[in-house]
Amino acid sequence: MSRLTDKNLVIAKEIIARYPRQKSALIPLLHLAQEQTGYISREAMVHLGELVGVTSAEVYGTATFYEMFRFEPIGKYLVNICGTMSCALMGAHELMHHAEKRLGVKAGGTTQDGMFTLAHAECQAACTEAPCLQVNYRYRLRVSTTDLDKLIDDLEAGKLSEEIPAHGVLAKVRQHIAPDRVVGAVSPELVNQAPAWLNGKAAL
Amino acid sequence: MSATYSHAPGFVAGDRPKIVTSRFEFADSFTLDRYLATNGYKGLRAALSRPANEIHDDVKSATVLGRGGAGFPAGTKWGLTPQQVWPKYLVVNGDESEPGTYKDRLLMERDPHQLIEGCLIACYAAGLSQCFLYIRGEMALAQERVAAGLNEAYVAGYVGKNILGSNFSVDIILHWGAGAYVVGEETALIESLEGNRGMPRLKPPFFPAVNGLYGQPTIVNNVETLANLPWLLCNGVDAYTAVGTKTSPGTRMVAVSGHVKRPGVFEIINGTTTFRDLIFGEEFCGGIRNDKQLKAFVPGGGSAPWFTADQLDLPFEASQVGPAGSMLGSGAVIVMDETTDIPAAALTLTHCYAHESCGKCTPCREGGTWLERILRRIVDGDGTDADLQQLLEVGAMICPGDFPHAANAQLGLTAVPFPYKMTTICFVGPSAFAPVHSALTLFRSEFESRVTKRVTIPVTAVSAVKKVTPVGAH
Repeated sequence: MSRLTDKNLVIAKEIIARYPRQKSALIPLLHLAQEQTGYISREAMVHLGELVGVTSAEVYGTATFYEMFRFEPIGKYLVNICGTMSCALMGAHELMHHAEKRLGVKAGGTTQDGMFTLAHAECQAACTEAPCLQVNYRYRLRVSTTDLDKLIDDLEAGKLSEEIPAHGVLAKVRQHIAPDRVVGAVSPELVNQAPAWLNGKAAL
Repeated sequence: MSATYSHAPGFVAGDRPKIVTSRFEFADSFTLDRYLATNGYKGLRAALSRPANEIHDDVKSATVLGRGGAGFPAGTKWGLTPQQVWPKYLVVNGDESEPGTYKDRLLMERDPHQLIEGCLIACYAAGLSQCFLYIRGEMALAQERVAAGLNEAYVAGYVGKNILGSNFSVDIILHWGAGAYVVGEETALIESLEGNRGMPRLKPPFFPAVNGLYGQPTIVNNVETLANLPWLLCNGVDAYTAVGTKTSPGTRMVAVSGHVKRPGVFEIINGTTTFRDLIFGEEFCGGIRNDKQLKAFVPGGGSAPWFTADQLDLPFEASQVGPAGSMLGSGAVIVMDETTDIPAAALTLTHCYAHESCGKCTPCREGGTWLERILRRIVDGDGTDADLQQLLEVGAMICPGDFPHAANAQLGLTAVPFPYKMTTICFVGPSAFAPVHSALTLFRSEFESRVTKRVTIPVTAVSAVKKVTPVGAH
């Protein structure tokens, strides 16, 4: 089963409550589902639809627009090698060829042992540190072919499991708002006047 | 001599005024303790001690320009919302994905509290009731640091209900994307924030300031823009406008990447620093790698038409770069040396934009793909001379009329000023064409030497084919 677990359901409800419209929580919730199973299953999409009050088709429609969401299992480590201009000028294509040879799969493929998925990525915002790559969205900068070999060795040996969690986990810190500090979602149905501090006086 | 901080890879400090990167030198720059020890939340305190409209006036008179790409003044933008429609929202655009650009990621990773304080000042000044901070999906560390920063700030009473004991209350909600370049466009960002496919909306009627998130007035500001506000409120309008020029005050962050000796992200003085300073200056990149010649450079992120050595002396000032045929965009310079394979370099960008097209507008969805395919066969050596004309014809479907390009003395070209006309809702389509057009205009010979001349088969030859004896026995 890959509906959200009870623990994740609590997190999901906390996230949904922050938005004036429930559907706004969809992308964070899809990430939560992906964190749970490593990919997004049909059952998860049905469940998310129930939670935010839309059909599972609508969930599917949103989910399939975004590249980070996967709908079938992929490798434990997703290796995204940037191939956009700054990285390409500094040898990204050579790095990709090396990675394909080393892992024995073409870009887009997953190794037979289910450890690695290799992918071509567009600009990852580390252009001065080219060529760069991300493993499960954790950066490696100015990567040489030797660095890449070492990285794969370390990942295979489990040396980086502390820093790089399995595919699906993004930020390891979640936002949490204590009940006594929260203002609550400001929805257009509930609020139709200017906020209190716009009264021409200083707030403090 | 400038120093690089090992904990902020890419960033290079220097002996220049620092407005948004002042804390980068501290290894713990992202913590609340460090922030409070370095004037943290003093700008907010200063703002709350005066009426909101005065703070709005300050931001207007300081001419804080938007740092996302369009360069529209933030104070003016805040003033475009209708007076009697409530609530209004703030959406922070942290979906930085323009090729060559990274500054927002550093600002979020290295100084999340500065951004949080900037959001609060904007909400107070413009009367915005809830803030959504949208961070690009791929930036796990930025999400982590901003989440931790928000958690600290909530507990300490800087965000949430009755901030600093005042009647100012606002939530900042951390939201994150899932990998789509086009969501950096403000209306697509709003669609995405509503839980939909991130496709841009047509303006009019969907000007965010009037009809944005949930149909309400919404201000969409870039991370760097908001990060300027705490310093502005701490130091005052005069101190802010004393840096930079009258039309482009303050500083801005620029990433210089590609074939330079010391690529890096710099906080430069707005309006006066030239491209020559940036690429060749000792305090910046120190020249082209291996002392090669400069061939071309992208002045403002992957979407911008290219410049060559002829434009090196232009300053980082929109009013000069626009007429010269390009744009400053999001603060990203990509440098190509003489060894660069120009058609292949253009292909990396066109591939990116074709891949990232959301598919809503036909000229971009189809045209981008056509441009990529044609360019790829030229790069692979399978193109013909007809392909060069075809590239321009496809481009004209996306951007009819003259497309901006730089002047070039050697080629006898005069500049066509920015902007261009477009048949698409957003800039993804034109961006796929920009590198193709620049490369073809400035380096046409590199394409011509690569393609074979098209062979037209005369009618007689067709009839001759019939006489050929079939190969093999029948």
